[in-house]
Amino acid sequence: MSATSDQAPAVEPNVVELTADELIATEVRDREAKRAREERLLEVRGLSTHFFTPDGVVRAVDDVSFELGYGETLGLVGESGCGKTVTALSVTRLVPDPPGKIVSGQVLFEGTDLLKVSSDAMRRLRGKDIGFIFQDPVTSLNPTLTIGYQIAEPIRQHLGFSQRAARDRVVELLSKVGIPRPKDRLSDYPHQFSGGMRQRVMIAIALSCDPKLLLADEPTTALDVTIQAQILELIQRLSDEFKTAVLLITHDLGIAAGMCDRINVMYAGRIVEAGPVDMMFERPRMPYSWGLLDSLPRLDDVRGANLRTIEGLPPLLINVPDACRFNPRCDYARDICREKEPELTAREDDHLARCWATQPEGWIA
Amino acid sequence: MAADARTLSGADKVVARRSAGVWRDAFGRLRKNRLAMVGLVIVIALFALAVIGPTLAPWQYQVQDQDAIIENGFRPVKPFSDIAVQSGHFLGTDELGRDLFSRLLDGAQISMSVAIVVQLVVLTIGVPMGAFAGWFGGRIDNLLMRITDITYAFPDLLLIILLSIAFRETVFGRAFSGLLLVFVAIGLTSWVTVARLVRGQLLSLKEMEFVEAARAIGVRDRSIVTKHLLPNSVGPVIVAITLGVPGAILAEATLAYIGIGVQAPRASWGSLINEGVRWIRSDTHLVLFPAIAIATALLAFTFLGDGLRDALDPKLKGKQ
Repeated sequence: MSATSDQAPAVEPNVVELTADELIATEVRDREAKRAREERLLEVRGLSTHFFTPDGVVRAVDDVSFELGYGETLGLVGESGCGKTVTALSVTRLVPDPPGKIVSGQVLFEGTDLLKVSSDAMRRLRGKDIGFIFQDPVTSLNPTLTIGYQIAEPIRQHLGFSQRAARDRVVELLSKVGIPRPKDRLSDYPHQFSGGMRQRVMIAIALSCDPKLLLADEPTTALDVTIQAQILELIQRLSDEFKTAVLLITHDLGIAAGMCDRINVMYAGRIVEAGPVDMMFERPRMPYSWGLLDSLPRLDDVRGANLRTIEGLPPLLINVPDACRFNPRCDYARDICREKEPELTAREDDHLARCWATQPEGWIA
Repeated sequence: MAADARTLSGADKVVARRSAGVWRDAFGRLRKNRLAMVGLVIVIALFALAVIGPTLAPWQYQVQDQDAIIENGFRPVKPFSDIAVQSGHFLGTDELGRDLFSRLLDGAQISMSVAIVVQLVVLTIGVPMGAFAGWFGGRIDNLLMRITDITYAFPDLLLIILLSIAFRETVFGRAFSGLLLVFVAIGLTSWVTVARLVRGQLLSLKEMEFVEAARAIGVRDRSIVTKHLLPNSVGPVIVAITLGVPGAILAEATLAYIGIGVQAPRASWGSLINEGVRWIRSDTHLVLFPAIAIATALLAFTFLGDGLRDALDPKLKGKQ
């Protein structure tokens, strides 16, 4: 392709004559560019969301960029308070304002910047093209409305169905998410469901309008392990069936490994490592990711040995110094880590990391 | 095959057992509260009397039984006296020979319409005020709450008296023998509690996660308030409304006692006391029976309100 552009100036400037090969090359290039544009469902560029608190500006999400293709599952991994949820909320513009505010960046959803559309247009996208599964199914369902009403709500809202017409669809959704005797349960209230069942209901709500993008914010944190597996399998099965792209937020690396195509590791409001799931687990290129992986219990652990942790806490995100944000907790930190924040740079292929030590000229090979 | 049929019918029974939830639970708790149940029965009885009372009454409330009065020497007929039993006025009559029992029944109608109309006025003003203030917060909240404060600070009785006198000669003032005006005036002074209650409810409810979840599926703000938030504050509002009824009945009685409101020959319990107070030394029953009626109604509504508060309190769920 570079050959084409090199040859172009050689042709006489005002008469553009292209050979057949060149024509085909341009054609192919255009088509590829177009496909690349189309295949990218969500593109977040330089997103920063700050919270303006009495103590100062909290940079909860700081210059975060990532992409998500159609039908792809992207994991957003990190410990509590590192900005995962705020990132997802920013995508749908649900950050509580005040005190929160999206201060810069772009959220391109099928090419349109969601941060620029009217709030009414945004509202029409929510629940229709972008589904959201919340962490806690117990508090996320309205206790005074029936399950049937709550699942029908987005269908009525966005597709203009009447309550009666939406009923069949609701029954279908309920049976799809594995709730037995769905017809009998339409008029039940949330408290008549168990936690796992409620999360299934939440998933049914999120998927009710066949969204293109599903934001799953720790969908299984509030559930016990056996139910977790069922719910995750359900999300995966339904996302395959509906060709839904999933942004899966989790602090559980096991879940991320099983579900995701790509993984972004977040730390202190920034993405510190990003790459395809295999590479992330085989060759993580950031000490924080090592720490996360290392703190998983292993089958070959010595009996009675303590579980490993990452010492310390994530930094307060007020007045963050220009330094690697992980350096106080990092075993490999050197002076440069305390003086300047590293950029998110490529390691091999599309594997990115934000670390001085693992850069090509760094001290960790 | 037979086993299959059995399990199926068993499953049906499970389905049939399941109920509509929240309200039934609350009613279950209410039923265990004996005092509240007594209150509920009396309240239902009072409403029933208000509806069917006039057909039940032995006399019409304005009819004068002159024979009985003449026989009694132009004095009120005492209850359960010989003349009373002979002429059929078991609770006696007033000095004009009007049957006290019949007038009490008519008064029940007035008191129960106070209960309903005043609380309707309270709801139509208080709930939107509170909802707007709580949902929008900030300046709108500030403005609406200052209006609420002013209403609260203004002397109730004075406002009601002023309104009643100012509009007495208008069509509005004469509607329902002067009662509508009184009801609305009482309502205008008592919506404050409900407005504050709804505001407080919305302030805390709007931070709940299900509101965010509703936003995330693109529900309009208006629907979030009306469909998601207000139903969640129904419990406390019902309690406030029930506990507000005694106040309204009492306010009407107070007004009737000082001669504002219901116009003769109709009489509310308050105006019966007003008329009877002249005879309080010789014929106490003219004051006593209306007073008992008022006290019973107030206590019944208060017991019911307290019971409802306990029954609808989410913190008590599953206890007792």
